[in-house]
Amino acid sequence: MTTDMNADSYVTADGRTIGPVVMDLKNITLRFGGVVAIKDISFNIREGEIRAIIGPNGAGKSSMLNVISGFYKPQEGEVWFRGSKRPQMRPYQVAQQGLARTFQNIALFDGMTVLDNIMTGRLNKMNANLLQQAIWKGKAEKEELENREACEKVIDFLEIQHIRKTPVGRLPYGLKKRVELARALAAEPSLLLLDEPMAGMNVEEKEDMSRFILDMNDEFGTTIALIEHDMGVVMDLSDRVVVMDYGKKIGDGTPDEVRNNQDVIDAYLGVSHD
Amino acid sequence: MAQDQVASGAFASIPALLARNVKEYGDRPAYREKEFGIWQSWTWAEAAEEIQNLALGLLALGINRGDHVAIIGRNRPAHYWAMVAAQKVGAVPVPLYQDAVVEEMEYVLEHCGARFVVCGDQEQVDKVIEVQDKIQHIEHVLYYDKRGLRKYDHSHLHWYVDIQEEGRVAHARLEDEMAVREAELTYDSTCVMLYTSGTTGRPKGVVLSNRNIVESAKNSSEFDNLGVNEDILAYLPMAWVGDFIFSLGQAMWCGFCVNCPESADTLMSDLREIGPTYYFAPPRVFETQLTNVMIRMEDSGDLKYAIFHHYMEFAKSGAGEKHGMPKRKVTTQKKTLEQKIRHGFNYAMGIGFAAETIIENGIRLAFAKLRHGKNVRKHFKAKDPLGLKLYRGSLQEYFKYRCGDVLVYGPLKDTLGFGRIRVGYTAGEAIGPEIFAFYRSMGINLKQLYGQTEATVFITVQPDGEVRNDTVGVPAPGVEVRIEDNGEIFYRSPGTFVEYYNNPESTADTKDPEGWVATGDAGFFDKNNGHLRIIDRAKDVGKMADGRMFAPKYVENKLKFYPDILEAVVFGNDRNMCTAFINIDLTAVGNWAERNNVAYGSYQELAGHPDVVSTIQEHVETVNKSVAEDEMLSGCQIHRFLILHKELDADDGEMTRTRKVRRKIVEEKYAPLIDALYGGKSEQYIETEVTYEDGRKGSINATLEIRDAAVVGNTQGMAAE
Repeated sequence: MTTDMNADSYVTADGRTIGPVVMDLKNITLRFGGVVAIKDISFNIREGEIRAIIGPNGAGKSSMLNVISGFYKPQEGEVWFRGSKRPQMRPYQVAQQGLARTFQNIALFDGMTVLDNIMTGRLNKMNANLLQQAIWKGKAEKEELENREACEKVIDFLEIQHIRKTPVGRLPYGLKKRVELARALAAEPSLLLLDEPMAGMNVEEKEDMSRFILDMNDEFGTTIALIEHDMGVVMDLSDRVVVMDYGKKIGDGTPDEVRNNQDVIDAYLGVSHD
Repeated sequence: MAQDQVASGAFASIPALLARNVKEYGDRPAYREKEFGIWQSWTWAEAAEEIQNLALGLLALGINRGDHVAIIGRNRPAHYWAMVAAQKVGAVPVPLYQDAVVEEMEYVLEHCGARFVVCGDQEQVDKVIEVQDKIQHIEHVLYYDKRGLRKYDHSHLHWYVDIQEEGRVAHARLEDEMAVREAELTYDSTCVMLYTSGTTGRPKGVVLSNRNIVESAKNSSEFDNLGVNEDILAYLPMAWVGDFIFSLGQAMWCGFCVNCPESADTLMSDLREIGPTYYFAPPRVFETQLTNVMIRMEDSGDLKYAIFHHYMEFAKSGAGEKHGMPKRKVTTQKKTLEQKIRHGFNYAMGIGFAAETIIENGIRLAFAKLRHGKNVRKHFKAKDPLGLKLYRGSLQEYFKYRCGDVLVYGPLKDTLGFGRIRVGYTAGEAIGPEIFAFYRSMGINLKQLYGQTEATVFITVQPDGEVRNDTVGVPAPGVEVRIEDNGEIFYRSPGTFVEYYNNPESTADTKDPEGWVATGDAGFFDKNNGHLRIIDRAKDVGKMADGRMFAPKYVENKLKFYPDILEAVVFGNDRNMCTAFINIDLTAVGNWAERNNVAYGSYQELAGHPDVVSTIQEHVETVNKSVAEDEMLSGCQIHRFLILHKELDADDGEMTRTRKVRRKIVEEKYAPLIDALYGGKSEQYIETEVTYEDGRKGSINATLEIRDAAVVGNTQGMAAE
């Protein structure tokens, strides 16, 4: 690749513009008692890119995502977001800053319909007070209509019109994953964190999901950070990849660089101890 | 009023009809589409403006008279507008099947020489781009759904809405040109070109003139009293002549509203929300819905189950035909106050009279009972549950049917989306008597018609009140039908096509100089009622080795009437006995398996399950019995059969896109199985190549069990074996 990836912004081979750094993680260390989950890791995420975090099981990937989303508080290190150091925040405050995420184990409301689930993704956009909500007048009504419209656009985008009114509990796994993505997307995030969006899916569902991720990035300019085990998907989708192993960063770069990194190959294929 | 003027040729084209609709029904809804969860609608005036802008935009792109505009996409108002817009500027719309694979699409695009292509979305654009290297004449590609297309090279690719905007801007400059071209349209200029599905060989481009379309739409609308108040759901492939006639021809002629579903997956709920008054579906759709209803009734509680079956039995006994059919009243004008009062008065009087009669009879009965001794009283024993036998049988039947309407038929019709249906049609294949009876007994005026692309759909139609399951009706208005000595059906009508595009030989083969067209189907007129009855494709009706008649379709249809059987292919031409391939229906058989704790991992495994094979064997033997009843066709009883390990599929070339079996290809592909059927083996190994929806290929193999089925009567063929 001839593009200078250290420049303030550059254009990728397929014509997308990658902007400056939005999320910068500096020397993050996270411990649970004596267990060191993340050890002194630094990397950044740039505006408009698809950034993958990969690594073997137990490498600390999900912990890393939880640090970004504000769920875990790292013992050492700093999280810089849009040029300023982020103080310790509650997850809802992080969400208000424009971060949304999906979970490795689906976390939807089973008894509610798909539409209602997606509407919960817009909680941050609702300001009407309890009384207004109860009598559904004034601001509440106006907001509901606006939010419903936004949700419908997401439903249309993710092609789940046919299950709009179906309770989530009745859906198959692949569709639940898509509904969860829809909920995250309904929050109109600037940075979207996806925790294993393609786990347990068949080839066709993976292809669909990949297309949605690329389209999201393309249409809405959403910056995406994702954890994924399927190497084919990661290498095709992402602009840059971070590789973790035992809480340490062992590689960082374009898919090609990572693929040829000896440490990464060792971590994935194993090293003989003779 | 307006409709009388057509004889003078005032509305000689679809754009002319559009102009009339704008004038007369300007603020009535013309198109609706569900988008973002809401039914968006366009009035005739708004639709006309959209069409005009697109037409001007196409002019700005340099469209010429006679250019072909290919349209590929699902049913959306925008795609219908593209067809009319093309006509407005003297071009010819060519709708294509959206689920066609690249090679099929390449052939058609190449053959029609399209300069412009209107695509629905990225999927279709990708296909067009793939063939664009080989086909040089495609100049401009328009797309409607923007998604995923932002990064594409836009030198020859345009967004539909941008082109409309361009047209709006160029309005003053190009309006005159458009008016000139529109005025040039005559009754004989080409309205549309549709490709046949091609049961045999390559698809052929059927050229239909404005006369074909407008006259057919006019005749058929008048036949069924279609008016401006109808609602239809446009969901059948746009490339199919039926959709063109219903959603464009008749909609333009009558000025009724065309509703487009949100996506293919939401079809059933959209159908229910719209509740069309005029509906068309191939038998397969009705069959699937009936299967679903039956499966869900199996799962229902005992009370519901009992009520459902009690009332369905009652309705099927003939009460449905008698009391259920919608009244043929077309109310285009609002009632006057006087009429309303009179109507209300009559209604109240009727109720009062009925109540009085019931009470009076009750009192009489009570007194009668008191007055007589016990031995006489037994003669009063009534048979109906209330203990009263007050009304004549027919009146009682009427009340019982209304009761069923409230409890069963009404809610069921509503669930299926058939609550408002006044006229429903099915065609393309024979429909099972059970299925047909089910829908009709609920009070859905489902009728059959017989037609083809070359005839602009209509050849014969069933008039209201003369509906039968085994015939296809009388010749449609304006159609002449003739039967040759060999049984082949010929017709001549105002809808008879102009020609096959760039294919004079085929045109000459099919259509003689006097305008008679060979249908390729064999049939005869029923002596009793003058209705046409179709036996089979003329070339498929053959002879068996001992000279008996072989009509595979006839037997296959009987087999397919079982919910367990999705498809059947019968062999026996020039052989001494008949054998069959059977495809099971995964929904119905899978449900059976679930109910009986039969575990299965795949379609193949279920199809090979011994219990399934035995059930199918029972079906085959019952069919044999019924086939044996008809002396002419008794040779067609099935002696041996097997259940195929995969569904016959259009992607594998085994069926046409309209899901008709391609007999030749099946015969070649499964030759070892046929040999085994006739060779007396009890099982056979086979390996088959399959094509997945994305075009990749794989292969599956299986060892299939072959069973003998009992036959009735003459088993001469077997003895010879």
